[in-house]
Amino acid sequence: METMANSANTQLTGGGACEFRRGVRAALPLWLGITPYGLAFGLLGPAAGLSGQATLAMSLLVFAGSAQLIALGLVGAGASPLLVVLTVLVVNLRHLLYAASLAPRLGKLPQRWKLAISFLLTDETYAVVIDRLERAGNGALRYFYLGAGLAIYVDWAASTAVGLAIGGLVPDPTVLGLDFALPATFIGLLAPQLRTRGAWVTLAVAALATLVLAGLPGRLDVFAAIIVAATAGWGVDTWLTRS
Amino acid sequence: MAHALLILGMAGVTFLTRYLLIALLGRWSLPRALSRWLSYVPTAAFTVIVVRGTFAPQGEVTLDPCNPYLWGALAAGLVAWRSKNVILTIAAGLGGLWVARVVLG
Repeated sequence: METMANSANTQLTGGGACEFRRGVRAALPLWLGITPYGLAFGLLGPAAGLSGQATLAMSLLVFAGSAQLIALGLVGAGASPLLVVLTVLVVNLRHLLYAASLAPRLGKLPQRWKLAISFLLTDETYAVVIDRLERAGNGALRYFYLGAGLAIYVDWAASTAVGLAIGGLVPDPTVLGLDFALPATFIGLLAPQLRTRGAWVTLAVAALATLVLAGLPGRLDVFAAIIVAATAGWGVDTWLTRS
Repeated sequence: MAHALLILGMAGVTFLTRYLLIALLGRWSLPRALSRWLSYVPTAAFTVIVVRGTFAPQGEVTLDPCNPYLWGALAAGLVAWRSKNVILTIAAGLGGLWVARVVLG
């Protein structure tokens, strides 16, 4: 029925169940990249002061890797819950970009589909679905999306649980220096982002602002540093492209 | 559960960022300047976490060159720069930290 509505795509896309399986398969290679973060998150949650339950609940309900890791860093540093939520909001605003680019391609969706598709929207889901769109067009895209999104969700939840179990075997994470695993992870994530002068300016301003502003109440320093640094980097790149 | 409100708040704002434009189904799109500004936010956020974890591992900022976390960060930065590989970077960071702890006492 609706899955075969677009006859132009019938050769490239199958029915709902078939597209769902295709989505799952397309997402499997990404497990390699996602699993280490899930493990790290499960391992580091209790080190930042979250209970095992809270750590797992966060992965099941929030389902946003970098935002969750940043939240851990803030909770560990004693930030107020309001500030953590605000920072998570700013970090996740990029979802607006993904949603804006995907929404017109998904066609008219019933409400329950909109809810499911929204909940499963991550950097990884977006990457897989956009790749699919470029190869095969819009036909039955929602089933492909659902398969890819659920495959990523299951991996994220499972690797968090495994990380928690492994962490339970290590009595004090700071003795092994595991509290540094999170900053080290972010150093690895930063490297590929430093492609423009503005990105370097963002890095420098964020570092300086963090040191200078350290000690503002409620970890307001973190939020202020992010806003100031992003604005500086954006300003420099905008100015460079104009002149 | 002590962090229930925090988790619900995080889940709420995250879902909002995902749902808003899907609900509007492309009837509104983000201004270009805002979308470009947003692309700098992850770099800024990651840097803040790294700098805090390196220069304030116990909560207070220290610029002491004998801080072992500083040497862990330098090792991780070098490997990240050369390899662009996250797993290798984590290994280098922890390895650098362990070596610095032994050498610096």
